[in-house]
Amino acid sequence: MTTVHLVDTGVNNLLSICNALEMAGANLEICRSPEELAGAERLVLPGVGAYRDCIGGLINGDFVPILNELVFQKKLPILGICVGMQMMARRSYEGGEYEGLGWFEGDVVKIQPGDSSLRVPQIGWNTTTFRTGEPLAIGLPADPDLYYVHSYYLKCDNPDDIAATCDYGIAVTSSVRKGNIVATQFHPEKSQDFGLRILENFLRWKP
Amino acid sequence: MLKRRLIPKLQMKQSRFGTEQMVLVTTVQFDKVIEVGDPVSQAKIYQAQAADELVFLDLDATPNSRKPMAQIMRKAAEEIFMPMTIGGGVKTLADFRLMLENGADKVAINTAAIETPTLITEASERFGAQCVVVSIDFKQDETGKYAVWTRCGKEQTNLDPLEWAQQAEALGAGELMLTSIDRDGTRKGLDVEMTRRVAENVSIPVIAAGGCGVAADFINGFIEGKADAVSAGTYFCFQDQNPMQTRAHIANAGIPIRLHT
Repeated sequence: MTTVHLVDTGVNNLLSICNALEMAGANLEICRSPEELAGAERLVLPGVGAYRDCIGGLINGDFVPILNELVFQKKLPILGICVGMQMMARRSYEGGEYEGLGWFEGDVVKIQPGDSSLRVPQIGWNTTTFRTGEPLAIGLPADPDLYYVHSYYLKCDNPDDIAATCDYGIAVTSSVRKGNIVATQFHPEKSQDFGLRILENFLRWKP
Repeated sequence: MLKRRLIPKLQMKQSRFGTEQMVLVTTVQFDKVIEVGDPVSQAKIYQAQAADELVFLDLDATPNSRKPMAQIMRKAAEEIFMPMTIGGGVKTLADFRLMLENGADKVAINTAAIETPTLITEASERFGAQCVVVSIDFKQDETGKYAVWTRCGKEQTNLDPLEWAQQAEALGAGELMLTSIDRDGTRKGLDVEMTRRVAENVSIPVIAAGGCGVAADFINGFIEGKADAVSAGTYFCFQDQNPMQTRAHIANAGIPIRLHT
């Protein structure tokens, strides 16, 4: 069984992601303080709700230094989900302007679909195209439908960071991956069997 | 491409023993309650049939001035790995939090949104617009005039559904769920007219509900009504139709819908 340390800043609703990770075979350690992350081998950074609260939870809870150490010195595999992915950006413009963790060059901006028939938030299942050989996509059919619910997305400066996209009038970043860091805008914990497979793939991933 | 959504609706009432146990029911025009079974078992069936989302509605919380039931969400979240919305009896930010903490992804508000419109804005700022669903129940009078009703169809307001929909969007709602009380449980088809009127005049997603009897009703909702999602209770509860079969009909009509699950 793979042990996963999951960051809990107290801001997010973590029940669904915890249930899904356990279903996918994880032995979960829910970490409510930075100290509890010591000894981690694999990390999940969830995020649901407003950016300000999510990043505020990380900063105020003093999680940032230990996360930087675990991710960049120990190079632990880490999975960010939804706002968890967005927090890895340089900054976000959701409800103001907020500094992110700066792990990916890029900003979190509002979706402007360009096509007036497309609505914001994007809510629902969208065809998701992964780059060839993406570790999270192992065992999935080509271009699976995955579940999204968001108004903002991570616009990457560097196309090499983009692991998957979906079409929403523009190419919305669905997943990013760099070194030992991987993240998804869609919700694997809400994407039924495909989503559970993605979580299982993360648990097995050796970057 | 983003797909249109099929959303089975699980309407619930408190068990007659007064426990936290909820019973799955269907209604006709928000009346004539028929007990069907257990909401979580039914939800698991819908998950196996690859429904796109689920909506749980606690019908008697507001009329009985009862708090919403968190227990049922928590139970569902243990086994359901798909998006879930819960509504009924949610009145405060604390209620929102309780539902989200217990596994809901979105929270639907109806009576409270009308009685305290600032709740829409506050919930949207606090939890994100994506989880604030404003549910609008409406009825047509003999002259054809539409009005919004609250308290599970028991109280008439002087609001027009379209105007209220636009106001709810401006206040920060992330999605709208429109239900025709007249058509609820009748299987006569959706009110595509009102659905279209709203869908064309807001920029957030619109769920249409109330009246689906055959697969063609979903197709009408998507094509004529321009709905982003169609929700149905009676249709999925009592018919020999499940989301997979309905999906095939919808795909054949050229509507983008999830096929490979």
